[in-house]
Amino acid sequence: MVRSKVVPDNDKKELAEILKISGETINDCMQCGKCTAGCPATGGMDILPHQIIRDLQLGQVKKVMESKTIWSCASCFACASRCPRNVDLARLMEAARLLIVRKKGSARLKPETVSQLMEDKKMPQQAVVSAFRKYNK
Amino acid sequence: MQRIGVFVCWCGSNIAATVDVEKVSEEIKNMPGVVYSSNYQYMCSEIGQNMLKDAVKEHNLDRLVISSCSPRMHEVTFRKAAKAAGINPYLIEVANIREQCSWVHKDKAAGTEKAIALTRAAVAKVALNQELVPGEIGVTKKALVIGGGIAGIQTALDIAEAGYKVDILEQSPSIGGKMAQIDKTFPTLDCSACILTPKMVDAAQHPNITLHTYSEVEKVGGYVGNFQVDIRKKARYVDMDKCTGCGVCTEKCPSKKAKNEFEEGLSNRGAIYTPFAQAVPNVPVIDEKECIKLKTGKCGLCEKLCSAGAIKFDDKEEVITENYGAVVVATGYDLINLDKFGEYQYSDHPDVVTSLEFERITNAAGPTSGKFVRPSDGKRPQKVVFVQCVGSRDKTERGKSYCSKICCMYTAKHAMLIKEKYPDIEAYVFYIDVRTPGKNFDEFYRRAVEEYGVNYIKGMVGKVFPEGDKLMVHGVDTMSGETLVIDADMVVLAAATKAKDDAVDLKRKLNISTDSDNFFTEAHAKLKPVETASAGIYLAGACQGPKDIPETVAQASAAAAKAIGLLNKAKLVNNPCVSKVDKDLCSGCLACTKMCPYDAISSEEIEINDHGKITKKVVAKVNEALCQGCGGCTVTCRPGAIDLKGFTNKQILAEVDAICQ
Repeated sequence: MVRSKVVPDNDKKELAEILKISGETINDCMQCGKCTAGCPATGGMDILPHQIIRDLQLGQVKKVMESKTIWSCASCFACASRCPRNVDLARLMEAARLLIVRKKGSARLKPETVSQLMEDKKMPQQAVVSAFRKYNK
Repeated sequence: MQRIGVFVCWCGSNIAATVDVEKVSEEIKNMPGVVYSSNYQYMCSEIGQNMLKDAVKEHNLDRLVISSCSPRMHEVTFRKAAKAAGINPYLIEVANIREQCSWVHKDKAAGTEKAIALTRAAVAKVALNQELVPGEIGVTKKALVIGGGIAGIQTALDIAEAGYKVDILEQSPSIGGKMAQIDKTFPTLDCSACILTPKMVDAAQHPNITLHTYSEVEKVGGYVGNFQVDIRKKARYVDMDKCTGCGVCTEKCPSKKAKNEFEEGLSNRGAIYTPFAQAVPNVPVIDEKECIKLKTGKCGLCEKLCSAGAIKFDDKEEVITENYGAVVVATGYDLINLDKFGEYQYSDHPDVVTSLEFERITNAAGPTSGKFVRPSDGKRPQKVVFVQCVGSRDKTERGKSYCSKICCMYTAKHAMLIKEKYPDIEAYVFYIDVRTPGKNFDEFYRRAVEEYGVNYIKGMVGKVFPEGDKLMVHGVDTMSGETLVIDADMVVLAAATKAKDDAVDLKRKLNISTDSDNFFTEAHAKLKPVETASAGIYLAGACQGPKDIPETVAQASAAAAKAIGLLNKAKLVNNPCVSKVDKDLCSGCLACTKMCPYDAISSEEIEINDHGKITKKVVAKVNEALCQGCGGCTVTCRPGAIDLKGFTNKQILAEVDAICQ
C-alpha cells in the first residue's frame, strides 16, 4: 500500500475524537510490545494490541474501527498497568468502541428484529427498548 | 566627567547585516561622557584589541563600552585588553548586540534602534562602575574523594600521582565498588577483578593516599580551596593496626544469617566479615545488628580465636575533621528495586534474577564458584531469557524515564558468556531498541547475534508464569507480530540504574544540586561536565548519570585534572563582583543568610559609636570567597543594605533609564 500522507485527512477528526475520549497521548508509545506480550485475549484479535497504537499513530483509524481486536479486548487493564510509558491502551480501545456506539445513522437494530428479541423471556424489556432507541436513530 | 570610549563590533556580518553599526557609533557620540566612538569588523581580533588600546592612549579614555557578542563570549578578552591599556578591568562593559539583537531580529531599522538602546544602557552603567580588585585566598593542598569505586580510585590515583595528598572516603568496609562485583567487562571481555584489584592495591599503598573505609560524610563547611569536612568513622570493632587479615574470625563466626551484600544476597555471611576475598583494606568489620556478642553479651568466639588480639567489642564510632582544598564526588549508582514488577516474578521466584546477581552467578569467585546453575535447584539451565529495559525508559512511578545506558552492552556480554561456556544453552534477549554507541560496542553486540547465535527479539516480555520447574515467558516479536511463549529455566532482568538513595543527603551537605532523578548536576552539560555549580567540588562517574567503566574512568581523570589545577594554585583569585553590606543600613534581620544558596552570609556583632555613646548591633557579613555573586540577597534585603559590587541597584536602574529614554 502506498501512503503519501501519514495521517489521512478524513480520519483526523475521528482520531482526535478517540484521543479526546480516552485522554491518552499515543505518541508516548515506543512500540515495546509489552501490552501484546501480556494480553490474555490476543487469540481472538486480528490486529495485536501494540499494533492498534501504531495504527493510531499512523492515523489508520478506519482499520482500527473495523478490527475484531477492539471487541476482543476484555478490559482487564493488564496492558495499562504494565505499560512503561503510561499509555492506557484499554482506554483507547474503549474510546474506539464508544465512537462506534455513538455514531448516528447506523441502525444496527432493525424494527423487525425487535419481536424476535422479545421472544427470549430472559431479556429485560427495558434493555430492548433502550437498545432500540440508542441504535435506531 | 568620565571619558568613555565606545567600540561597536560588526562580528563580520553577524551583527553588521542586521544592525547599522556606523549609525550606532555615530548616535552614541551624543551621550554624555562619551568622548570617542568607532566601529570595526572584529573587535576581538588582535587588530581590534590594539585599536582599543591605541584609542585609550590617544583620547585619554578611562572607561570602555564594547558593543559586540555576549559577555559570556568575550568579556574576559576585553577585560584583559583594558588591563593591558592601563584601565581597571572592571571599568568596561559589554553590550550584547549579537545574541540579544542581531541574531534574533530581521528588520535592520528596528535592530539598529535596539542596538543603540543596548549600547546606551551599557554607557549609562559604565559611568557608575567602580574599580574592583579581586581578593586572594589560600588553598589547602589536599583533596577528598567521596566514594571508593573505580571512579574514586582512578581520581585519587591521578591526584596522588600529581603529588598531592588525597583521602578516599568509602561507605562500605572495602574500596572497589560495583566493578569488584562484575565478572567480565565489555567490549573486551577481560576479567574485571584482574584490572581492578591492582588499582585497589595501588590506592592503598600510595604514600599520598589515605583510605577512610566504613566512613561517611557528616558535615561539610568552608569554601573552594578551604573545605572542612567532618568524617564519621563507623565502629569497626576490629583494630585495623593489629588485624593480620588471617580470616579465622570470619570463617568461625556462628552467626550466618545476614545476606551477603557483595553476593547480592545469593549467599549468607557471618556477623564479622570482609565483603570479598580481595577487599582493601583486608580487615573485617563486625555487623552490630547481627553479632551475637553485641546483641546478647554471649559468644565472643572471634575474640577468643583472634591470635592478634584485634577484636575490640568496646569500639566506638568517631568523628574526625579534615581540611581539603578540593572535593570530588564519586558515589556511584544502584539498581532499582524490582518488587513492584510483579509480572516478572522477581520477588517470588529464585530463578528470576537481576543482571548484577547474574554477574555473581557466573563469577568464578561467586557463590557457585563460577558454575552456571539455577539458584533454585543447582541445575544447569537450558534456556535463558534476558529482559532489557526493566524500569528503564519507563515513565510510570515504577521506573525511570531515562535509558540506563549500560544494559544493552552487559546483556550482550552475559548472553555471549553463556554461549561461550555452554554452546548448547539457548539464549533469548527481549529488547525495545539496542543502543550500542561506543568504540567497538556495536560490533560486540553483533557478535552475540552473528557468531554466538543469541536470539534477539524486538519486543517486551509481558509476564512470567512459573509452571513446574519452568518459567513460561510470554513475549512478543513486534516486528513479525507473533506472540511467543518460551519455556525458560532462568530469567535475567536488566534492572534500571538509579542514583544512590543518599545522594540527596550528600547534595545538601555539599551544597551542590541534583536533577529530578537525583543524579548530581554538572555546571554545564557540554563545557563543564565534571564541575558542579559550587567551586572546588567536582563529579566523577555514575553519580552524575548512568555510565559504563570506560566513560567513568575518563571522567574520573578529568575530575582529577580539575582538582589538580585547583590544588596547584598558590592563591585563588576570587570574583570581585560579590555582595557588600552597608552596616549602617543593615537592620540585622538576617533574611539574606537564609536565602543565600551558597551559605556565604553569616552575622557579626559590631559596635556603633553614636556621639560617644557605644551600642552593639548585629549585622550581616558576607564571606567573599563563598559568594558567587548571584544577587539573591540584594533583592531579599528589606532595608536595601546589600548591593552587589559591579551590579549595584544604582547601576541597574541607570541601565533601565537609558533603555527607556
